[in-house]
Amino acid sequence: MNQLDFPILSLMLGLPMLAAIICLFLNAQAARLLALVTTLVLFALGIVLWANYDIGGPQWQYVERIELFGNFAWALGIDGISMMLIMLTVFLMPICIGASWESIKERVGEYMAAFLFMEVLMIGVFAAQDIFLFYILFEAGLIPMYLIIGIWGGANRIYASYKFFLYTLLGSVVMLIAMLWMVQDAGTSDIPTLLNYDFAPEAQTWLWLAFFASFAVKMPMWPVHTWLPDAHVQAPTAGSVILAGVLLKMGGYGFLRFSLPMFPEASEQFIWLIFALSMVAVVYTSLVALVQQDMKKLIAYSSVAHMAIVTLGLFAFNRQGIEGAIIVMLSHGLVSGALFLCVGVIYDRLHTREIDRYGGLSINMPKYALLFMLFTMASIGLPGTSGFVGEFLSLVGLYKVNSWVTLVATTGIILGAGYMLYLYRRVAFGELVHDDVKAMPDLSAREMALLAPIAAAVMWMGVYPESFMAPIRGDVGTLVARIDRAAPEGDAHLKMGQATAAPKGHEAEAGHGESH
Amino acid sequence: MTIQLIVFLPLLAAIVAGFGNRVIGNVPAKFVTTAALFVSCALSWPIFIDYILLSRAAEVVPVLTWVQSGDLNFEWSLRVDALTAVMLVVVTTVSALVHLYSWGYMEEDPDQPRFFAYLSLFTFAMLMLVTADNLVQMFFGWEGVGLASYLLIGFWFKKPTASAAAIKAFVVNRVGDLGFMLGIFGTFLVFGTVSIPEILEAAPAMAGSTITFAGMRLDTMTILCLLLFIGAMGKSAQLGLHTWLPDAMEGPTPVSALIHAATMVTAGVFMVCRLSPMFETSEVALAVVTVVGACTAIFAATVGLVQHDIKRVIAYSTCSQLGYMFFAAGVGAYSAAMFHLFTHAFFKALLFLGAGSVIHAMHHEQDMRYYGGLRKEIPLTFWAMMAGTLAITGVGIVGIGGFAGFYSKDAIIEAAFASGSSTGQFAFIIGVLAALLTSFYSWRLMFLTFWGTPRWIQSEHIQHSVHKTPETAEDSTGGYHPHESPFSMLIPLGVLGFGAIAAGFLFHNQFIDATEGFRFWAGSLAFDRHLMHEIHEVPLWVKLASTVAMLIGLTTAFLMYFRGKDRPARLAATFQPVYNFFFNKWYFDELYDLIFVRPAFWFGRLFWKTGDEGTIDRFGPNGVAAVVASGAGVAKKFQTGYLYSYALVMLLGLAAAVTWLIVRGAN
Repeated sequence: MNQLDFPILSLMLGLPMLAAIICLFLNAQAARLLALVTTLVLFALGIVLWANYDIGGPQWQYVERIELFGNFAWALGIDGISMMLIMLTVFLMPICIGASWESIKERVGEYMAAFLFMEVLMIGVFAAQDIFLFYILFEAGLIPMYLIIGIWGGANRIYASYKFFLYTLLGSVVMLIAMLWMVQDAGTSDIPTLLNYDFAPEAQTWLWLAFFASFAVKMPMWPVHTWLPDAHVQAPTAGSVILAGVLLKMGGYGFLRFSLPMFPEASEQFIWLIFALSMVAVVYTSLVALVQQDMKKLIAYSSVAHMAIVTLGLFAFNRQGIEGAIIVMLSHGLVSGALFLCVGVIYDRLHTREIDRYGGLSINMPKYALLFMLFTMASIGLPGTSGFVGEFLSLVGLYKVNSWVTLVATTGIILGAGYMLYLYRRVAFGELVHDDVKAMPDLSAREMALLAPIAAAVMWMGVYPESFMAPIRGDVGTLVARIDRAAPEGDAHLKMGQATAAPKGHEAEAGHGESH
Repeated sequence: MTIQLIVFLPLLAAIVAGFGNRVIGNVPAKFVTTAALFVSCALSWPIFIDYILLSRAAEVVPVLTWVQSGDLNFEWSLRVDALTAVMLVVVTTVSALVHLYSWGYMEEDPDQPRFFAYLSLFTFAMLMLVTADNLVQMFFGWEGVGLASYLLIGFWFKKPTASAAAIKAFVVNRVGDLGFMLGIFGTFLVFGTVSIPEILEAAPAMAGSTITFAGMRLDTMTILCLLLFIGAMGKSAQLGLHTWLPDAMEGPTPVSALIHAATMVTAGVFMVCRLSPMFETSEVALAVVTVVGACTAIFAATVGLVQHDIKRVIAYSTCSQLGYMFFAAGVGAYSAAMFHLFTHAFFKALLFLGAGSVIHAMHHEQDMRYYGGLRKEIPLTFWAMMAGTLAITGVGIVGIGGFAGFYSKDAIIEAAFASGSSTGQFAFIIGVLAALLTSFYSWRLMFLTFWGTPRWIQSEHIQHSVHKTPETAEDSTGGYHPHESPFSMLIPLGVLGFGAIAAGFLFHNQFIDATEGFRFWAGSLAFDRHLMHEIHEVPLWVKLASTVAMLIGLTTAFLMYFRGKDRPARLAATFQPVYNFFFNKWYFDELYDLIFVRPAFWFGRLFWKTGDEGTIDRFGPNGVAAVVASGAGVAKKFQTGYLYSYALVMLLGLAAAVTWLIVRGAN
């Protein structure tokens, strides 16, 4: 069956599903406890998954398959990329439960159930090996998030959830039609088989566009990003964490799993579109982030800019770009999650997200100020934190393809430093002018326990990213080999001078991106 | 093992002091960090002396894998060669002394462990920078010192000016980093590696090749070197990207001495020297380095002439001296650049710490207009500052000897002349002119501070201290008694004073002598033996030029600030526009505010209000909602709040649709 001799993936889906149902019938405290224990057990299972993952072994591991009706099968299995994203999910989930421990007081059982259901869907999306199973889980992920925003959200929650729903659903309808056509054409709904099926180039074009409609919204890419700031602002803290931490990764995962390997020619054909939208996103949303008055909106806009680096890296068609994009996804999951928690910490004390209401927090909340600084720096991409590794690799990969785009995208490091440090200054620096701010206590033990593990992970990924890159290496290699036939030529066109002889035959491949 | 200790002890100490903070208390935190730095320093000098005596080859100690991504691999490692050895002693010595000095200077600060933790963290990052064997680790150190600099400039974060200066330093440096990063990307594209020795080895073969960058067809090595040089310009505050350095003086004075004079700001010079074989392959890049360096040298000197704040004068002086180092590198005299970096570290740290001692004595007053006559009150500080001034103005006698700056600055000026290129001649003329200005502003500082009659009571800080105003005070001292600083501050002044006097005399053979220098550097930078030989052959008037310039500057300053009471004011009034232009720092800050900062906010608001809300939302989701609402009234029902039923409908609908399509698709 697999290296563990029991269906661990099904267990990881079944367990939270069961707990979610039980939560509906429990009182508040019991629901909290059950949710926490369940998510911790899942985290432990995630570690088992990682520890037993055979790096360099078969591409798909922990495979399970039960045939259902028609073409439809309960098919699960993961490669290294899915595993890292599942790890991100199970790592953030207990933190989300902890973050909701005190701030959620109404309908606690239902709230915990929604989160556990969410976890089922997220793990399922990353583990699904059947394209329809993927679709159902992918779209169903909307529902608990929609409920979390709509019921436990802020004042304007209905508008935000409506916007969130409208945007994301629209794209998915066309994706479903595309999937049906694909299954008919290839005769299978099995994702590993589809990954090696060559669709006709003409068909690829519209299939790619159909998938793009869905993934671009989920990403979110400019200009279909406007649901994100509203969703974040209205969502409760834990909702924002999971939204930024995991849900935003589904778009990138979609590009990685479907668009690139299944439609390599079409992907190459639409590089201009991806590059154009991403370049606009980096500059546009960074500038918008600069003028925000609401902390959550600021971080939400910064997420759009960071996700643009992911799309740029993915569509560089080479190893550095794709590995970098995956690391940005993981890093952003941690860092933006942590930043939303940081906002939540002070929101819980003062019940406002308005930046100007704060100031001087370094004085009365030094521990908070330190951790907030660390995550700010990770968001800026300071070397030694996780933010740098991914950003650097993506941009290195991108540079091999297009120096213009890289130049524009790299301005993000200036703008990012601008808006994040400006935020930090207004929140943590200066004098304590407001009495209510002065009265705010430093991090509690519970809050410390939420933020410290993320801080450790951020540093780990920054100093020794090998732990996270080793499992994805083989899979990225497979992907790069698959799409290499469509890889664009770089724009560098290095030509040796006449006087000197060519050294080591190196320049021949330099302009061509990845060499295997 | 030694090198690991040197580099990681400061990190360990920073962690202990930073996290221990209030728990372990002030003295243990200060002790741990200071002791760690003195150990690092004690371990560094033998390495340096070893390289001087034995001229050893480079050594690389691997530490940990960092990133492996296809053909892009780099690791954490510590490289030691002659160039690193020089930086090791500079960094650890100044840092250790600054730690010690801060015991006295920061005595009354409520937040001392944090300060010392930042200082040690800075030292660690700087050491990682100078021991880097690949460009990415260098970038790590580069950003690490940037972080420490940000934290230390903003150390007194309650002051709005301090936190603004901190952001400015970080963001302006990031503009340079944009160039640095693109330089790394390009280097990897061309050479397939980020390992510095491998790049340097392959660089000559790339000379004359061409590449497309951002749509332009350019000489490969020129564009790579220039991109990297933009990074160097940011960190070393060269013209255009210099605006953060004067504002960085908001940080505590020991920080200015360590980071913004002796070590971090010289990282750009270090980078150019480290990559000198690469720069040697592009004449255009070298010409740009020369011109930028020369322009910075003269620009900063003109601004330094008229500033009132003692620290700002020294800050502009630093900026100007960094310009010297760059044009030395630009004309191919990398060893002279490093030599000036070395001597400058001693005398500029001395001047800053001396200024700190004056500020300490004058109850935090930094305005030189309110100093005067301090020679008698704080004699030890006076003599230390005197040594620093003699060193920076390059006092010495050709053929016999002199203070540290005499050796290094003259070598640079002579090398510029001897290089023979037209940019070299330009740099030579500018260098001599800037030497005149250097002498003037340095002596102006000395005369205003230590000579003349006390003008203390005009200072608000002093008024605050003695509870008197100029009207009520009996004389211009206001009865204030400046006190000499404690020993923890005087000892570093003494040690650096010795360096300012003797560093040039002791080490000039190793650094710049054509034969000795070649042996010492042992290939760790591009050493032009011919050029270093030529500098002895320049005409006598060239050798005397900088000394004459120094004397003119001294005399002018003497006449204006020692003898003439109202001459400076009259001169300023006569040349009002020029004075204002210099005093307002050539209006760089105003210009940048106008063309970068304001437009960024303006565009931000435009994109947000008109773009996102006014266009995308209006025609997107809101438009759809309006259409729907006018029709079936669905949107209205959305607001009735029956979310559960809607979620259920969604789920069921979804499942039904999928099932139907799948079953149909299967047939």
